[in-house]
Amino acid sequence: MNIATTIDAVHREAPLSASEAGPAPKRIVVAFGFWTFLLSDIVMFAALFAAYAVLVRATAGGPTGAQLFNQASVAVETACLLASSYTCGMMSLAVNQRHHGAAYLFAGITFALGATFLALEIREFAGMIAIGATPQRSAFLSAFFTLVGCHGLHVAAGLIWLAVMVAQVAIKGPRPNVKRRLLCFTLFWHALDIIWVALFTVVYLMGVRP
Amino acid sequence: MSDTQYDRAPGDRFAFSELKVEEAGSGVLVYTIGLVLAVILTATSFWVANTSLLWAPGIPLGLATLAIAQMGVHLVFFLHITTGPDNTNNVLALAFGVLIVALVVAGSLWIMSDLNANMMPPTEFMNSQMQH
Repeated sequence: MNIATTIDAVHREAPLSASEAGPAPKRIVVAFGFWTFLLSDIVMFAALFAAYAVLVRATAGGPTGAQLFNQASVAVETACLLASSYTCGMMSLAVNQRHHGAAYLFAGITFALGATFLALEIREFAGMIAIGATPQRSAFLSAFFTLVGCHGLHVAAGLIWLAVMVAQVAIKGPRPNVKRRLLCFTLFWHALDIIWVALFTVVYLMGVRP
Repeated sequence: MSDTQYDRAPGDRFAFSELKVEEAGSGVLVYTIGLVLAVILTATSFWVANTSLLWAPGIPLGLATLAIAQMGVHLVFFLHITTGPDNTNNVLALAFGVLIVALVVAGSLWIMSDLNANMMPPTEFMNSQMQH
C-alpha cells in the first residue's frame, strides 16, 4: 500500500474539514454575506436607539411617551410580528420539504400578519400626528419617529420582498438561486423581529413608566 | 460532498439544506419551542411593565434582561445560531456586531450624561435648554 492510497482511505473515513474542502458552497457564502449585512443594519439601529435614549426626556413641553403610547395596540403588533416570524420559519420548512401548497399558505399568513403590523403602526402614527405629536414637535418625537419609522420601513420592504419571492417561486420554481434568496428573506424577517423586541421594550414598555 | 464539514449558513440548520429533508418534524419542533419561549418572555415583559408588585427602580433592568433573553431565543431557535464548530464564523460576526452595538449605545448614554452633568448651567437656564 503506497502513501497515496492510504491518504485516500483516510479521506473516505473522516469527513473533510472546511479548510481542506476548498471554497464553501454558494448557499453558505451568500447566507454569511447577508448575515454580515444584517449585523451592520443592527448597528445602524443601535445608533438610532442611542439617539432615542439620549433624547427621550427632551419633550420640549410637548406630549411624553406615557401620554401617547397605547400598550394594547403595541401588544397586538408584537403578537403579529412574532407569529409572522414563526410562519416564516414554517414556510422555509415547507419549501425545503417541497410542499408547495403549504409554502404558499405560510407565505400568505406571513404577509397578512406583517401587513396587519404595518397597518396598526400607521394608524398609531396617524393618531399621534392628528393630536399634534408630529416629528417637528420635540427632539423626543423626532427620535421616536426616526427609530420606529425606520423599523416600519424595513417591514414594508420585507413585505415587498416576500411578494417578489412568492412570484419567483411560482414562476421560476424552487431553483437553487431562488432558494438562496428565500433563505436571505427568512434571515431578514427574523432579524426584524429581534429589532422589534428591543424596540417595544425600550420605547413602549420603558416609555410608559412614569 | 455530503460528508464535508462546511460551516453552516445562518438559519441553515433545517431550512433549505437538501441533506436534512427527513428532519422537518424536528424543525417544526425547534420553531415551536422558540415561539413558546418568546411568547412567555414577551408576556412577562408586558406584565412586569404594568404590575405594581415589583420594586419599581429595578423594573427597567428586569425589562432589559427579559429583552436580551428573548433576543437570544430568537437567535438560537429562529436564526439557528449555535455554538457548534460549524457555526464559528456566524458567532464571531455576531460577537463583533454585539461589541459595536454595546459601544455605540453605552458610549452615547455615558458621554451625554457626563455632558449634562459637566455643562450644567444655572437651573432656570437649564430648564429652558434641556427641554429642547
